[in-house]
Amino acid sequence: MSTVVNKRRRRANAGKMYNRGAWKYAVPVFIPLVLLSVVPLVQAIWTAFTDQVAGFNVEIKFIGLENFRRLLTDTMFWASFRIGIIWAVSVTLLALVLGFGLALLLNQKLRFLGLMRVLSLVPWAMPPVIVAIMWSLLLRPTSGPVDQIFSTLRIPGAGTDWLGNFNTAFPTVILIGAWVAMPIITVSILAAIQGIPSEMIEASIIDGANAWQRFRYITVPAVRAITTALVALNIIWQFGSFGLVFVLTAGGPGGKTFVPALFAYNEAFKYGNFGYAASMGVVMALAILLMLGVYLKASKREDVQR
Amino acid sequence: MTQNIVKPEKKKRKLYLIPTYFLVICYVIFLGFPFLWMFATSFKTPYELLQLNQSLFPEGFYLQNYVDILEKRGLINSAKNSLVIAVCTTVLTTILAVPAGYAIARLRKIFSGAATGWILISQVFPVSLIIIPLFMAVRRVGLLDSIWGLVLVYLVAALPFALWMLKGYVSAIPIDLEEAGAMDGLSSFQILRYIVFPLLVPGIVATALFTFLNSWNEFFFALVLIQSPESETLPLTLARFMGSEGQVLLGPLAAGAFLATIPSLLVFGIMQKKLASGLLSGAVKG
Repeated sequence: MSTVVNKRRRRANAGKMYNRGAWKYAVPVFIPLVLLSVVPLVQAIWTAFTDQVAGFNVEIKFIGLENFRRLLTDTMFWASFRIGIIWAVSVTLLALVLGFGLALLLNQKLRFLGLMRVLSLVPWAMPPVIVAIMWSLLLRPTSGPVDQIFSTLRIPGAGTDWLGNFNTAFPTVILIGAWVAMPIITVSILAAIQGIPSEMIEASIIDGANAWQRFRYITVPAVRAITTALVALNIIWQFGSFGLVFVLTAGGPGGKTFVPALFAYNEAFKYGNFGYAASMGVVMALAILLMLGVYLKASKREDVQR
Repeated sequence: MTQNIVKPEKKKRKLYLIPTYFLVICYVIFLGFPFLWMFATSFKTPYELLQLNQSLFPEGFYLQNYVDILEKRGLINSAKNSLVIAVCTTVLTTILAVPAGYAIARLRKIFSGAATGWILISQVFPVSLIIIPLFMAVRRVGLLDSIWGLVLVYLVAALPFALWMLKGYVSAIPIDLEEAGAMDGLSSFQILRYIVFPLLVPGIVATALFTFLNSWNEFFFALVLIQSPESETLPLTLARFMGSEGQVLLGPLAAGAFLATIPSLLVFGIMQKKLASGLLSGAVKG
């Protein structure tokens, strides 16, 4: 009995000892982070409560919640906000489905596996600007290769200006977004699948589990944790990103792809309304935190139920 | 008898391979076609590129596009800039984030909670708006339009996620190992150096890879912070080929795009084993 207590006490002491020591390792990181991350972040949030506009020697006034009051009735922003949520969720889900499928294929014993492995990483290896330019060239009406293939094979939809058409622009941009987002998802899920002990699969085969049951009761639980993390991360990344949309459609046609990050960017750099743009940023950050909170809580509850 | 049992099973297996390979082909086309097209285009002559009905494959290996982009357009210089920036950012991020990630993982709940909360907030606030105060900060330290200013910015942009990944990897290391070290009289630095670090190598490699790719590919910060051609990064130089009037120098652009993809593919090739061991696995355990 006493040994147990002793052991526990010793453990607590040891823990404290290097807990105290661990402090100093965070110090070097602290200085650049505070100067170039915390300070700009706090400044950006503070700006949301001011009437700051672009230009030198402009007097900046604190105006409280005025920006937010104005934002509340800005129907253009909320339309864009809605597009942003559809964008983030669709890209994430589509990339998850496609990436999961690819990871399952890569886990099989098939031919051309090496080629597939390399190809699965290509979208990630290309600089995103190049990806955007490349896709806009691929999808050019008539002269672009996609259109030529469509018309040669007589697939319906030939001649469509995929990125300029009112109905097709948003789905097309989402598909390209998923193309870009796939590699990280594929690699991470594949790693989780390959981390499943082979004894477990063998045992399930001996127990007579079929392929579907093995997928449902072994693979799915094994990738659950990484999938939750991937979904959360991708929603964060996609909601705040606008590079792809910026190059592909610049928000058009008719505002169909006008994601809120681009909206805020235009507000700040096109119209110079720094304060108002910053308030959009704050609202977007709050919205994403709320969404994440709900999502993570739901997935935790599901874990408990299991 | 045995034949009778085996045969239908074999048939079933074959049948199931048909949709599987159909899916494989779909994935190969979806993932590979854009890249293949780009690669093929980089060898096409300007005359070929003007043709309306081009074949996918070039008529010959026309290398002038590569010569053009390497010699005339300053691609070598921007590639050098990008490489210096990506390597410096990766090294600095790793040096700073490994000890700090360890500290965050092992500190008392309240501190590690505060650190994690800040990491989260820094990820959810739109980058496009951080750029204004960041621009001012970089100007204040006199590093505007300099690759070192970009290194600084990329370092700060990379740190939160690197810390988060490493924190996860450290948490996966059993604390008992460190306790044993402490009881054997190792100092806290020795524990970090001789016990934690060797176990952390795969996590460090994954984090470094992530940081390298992100800074090699980054466009937006570079666009805002860099003005002169001497300091341009690769994505900036390539983006200029799109042309302001909508005219595209397709051949050189494709050649440049292919060249810009090579370093990342090389990094993947070298780290494929490590990559398979789970890029984000540390992040889950956090």
